[in-house]
Amino acid sequence: MKSLPQITDKVKKNLIWKSIFRRDYRNTVRDRAQAVFGNVFLHLHPVQVRESAVKLRFTWGMGGITFFAFILLVITGVVLMFYYHPTIDQAYNDIKDLEFQVPFGVILRNLHRWGAHFMVIVVMIHMFRVFMTGSYKTPRQFNWGIGVFLLVFTFLLSFTGYLTPWDQLGFWAITVGTNMGAATPLLGYQGPFSEYLHITPYNDIRFALLGGAQVGGNALLRSYIWHCVALPLISIILMFVHFWRVRKDGGISKPQK
Amino acid sequence: MNPFIEIITQPDNIAIVIMIIMVTFFMVWAFLQALQNDKLLAAGLPVEGENDKFVDTFKPLVRIELIIAIVVMVGLTIWSIAVDAPLEEIANPTITPNPAKAPWYFLGLQELLVYFDPWLAGVVLPSLIVVGLLAIPYIDINPKGNGYYTFAERKYAILIFSFGFFVLWLLLIVIGVFFRGPGWLWYWPWQEWDHARVVFEPTKDLTTVIGIDSRSLPGFIIGALVVGSYLIGGMMAPYYYWKKNSPELLAKLGIIRYVTIVFLFITMMSIPIKMVLRLVFLIKYIWITPWFNV
Repeated sequence: MKSLPQITDKVKKNLIWKSIFRRDYRNTVRDRAQAVFGNVFLHLHPVQVRESAVKLRFTWGMGGITFFAFILLVITGVVLMFYYHPTIDQAYNDIKDLEFQVPFGVILRNLHRWGAHFMVIVVMIHMFRVFMTGSYKTPRQFNWGIGVFLLVFTFLLSFTGYLTPWDQLGFWAITVGTNMGAATPLLGYQGPFSEYLHITPYNDIRFALLGGAQVGGNALLRSYIWHCVALPLISIILMFVHFWRVRKDGGISKPQK
Repeated sequence: MNPFIEIITQPDNIAIVIMIIMVTFFMVWAFLQALQNDKLLAAGLPVEGENDKFVDTFKPLVRIELIIAIVVMVGLTIWSIAVDAPLEEIANPTITPNPAKAPWYFLGLQELLVYFDPWLAGVVLPSLIVVGLLAIPYIDINPKGNGYYTFAERKYAILIFSFGFFVLWLLLIVIGVFFRGPGWLWYWPWQEWDHARVVFEPTKDLTTVIGIDSRSLPGFIIGALVVGSYLIGGMMAPYYYWKKNSPELLAKLGIIRYVTIVFLFITMMSIPIKMVLRLVFLIKYIWITPWFNV
């Protein structure tokens, strides 16, 4: 019988272990730093942060929670895509299948739906926190702007996901929402001054959103592609910039008097 | 069942209840910290976080991130086990539900449809919300209150933002979710929704109140004068006020910032003004033109 330290020692000297972790961790200043910048995921962080960054009372962790919600939604969303066809013949039945046929299908869909509501809530609270601490002030003006776009894209991501189950709730929510597009001045067929541009229900901004004059198969496909591909890609790019600028602008904002 | 319980326990509305609880909690926490810092500032003491030391990211920060991630995951899992996402009947273009509501976070905008035509409520005002949010860092030239909670040092910025965020955005969402029933009529939580209910509420236009047809030329001119004087008067009034009381602020702002701030502000204030006109005086339009109505 070998003792536990002997076993760990053996494991840590193993070729496979060493190839993964590259070096031993000894809780020195150097190793704690190495743990951050030697790790692709953690090196988003600086090696050291101000105390406020680790206290809940200043940031409430809201930005991080938003990002966590986004990751959760990507994971559950990808799994949901395995069970879903974006056509009006199949979409609704696919959701019914999730409910009755797919193992853990109900909780998968629930996590995606409640996670989405949750993300909208926490991103708004994140904005409120950044406002209340004046963290949009010099030098973080530009990053506030990126954040505003991320807020808008969070709404759009949630909005485009509404139609995918192809039920009455989604259908009419999207109908109400896109009817607003028809009221756009100049570019919507019901909007002011649109008659001067010869705008009709068949060439206005609502038509472009729906891929038709009504919510139908094209609208379902468009919302699906916006929801699963285009909007997440744009959001991820904006997140890169957002997180990068948090670092470049000096990390969590500190009192400047 | 009690209609109030029925409404707040609808699966999608549980999110709104959670939002109300979270937003209230963080609002109180933010303002408590602001008042606490204000006391420190008044006493000339350093505010919270001013003398921060540096700590290692690994592990203090990584640890708290992991804990938060676990707590959030556990919370969402419990929520997902306890409440099932609704799935209504298959989409049917021939059956319009009443009321047909937009997703909850857009219900504030849908509520605006009671007071403004769709091109304003659904397109112009939302665009201006985004523009206004983007503009905040560039029009708020107060150097104080950067990086800490405070109320005393930036009263007006916080009051205006809070009014927009809590009242015009969140309160209107709550109204849209809990107080609007069939026909977008107002229902108190203890009232049953009645699909046959009709409210005869003859709305007038501003000029009809004084006996002039709002669609006639005099009505058009009066409407234009009222809207024009609100815009022009609203743009000028702060100028004269600040010129008299704090000319140095006016000089620091400059013309572009001044115009942006005041335009965004009077646009925002036009919402409560039109709400009062509509709800209290039953006035629908102020100005009717051949192209659009305001």
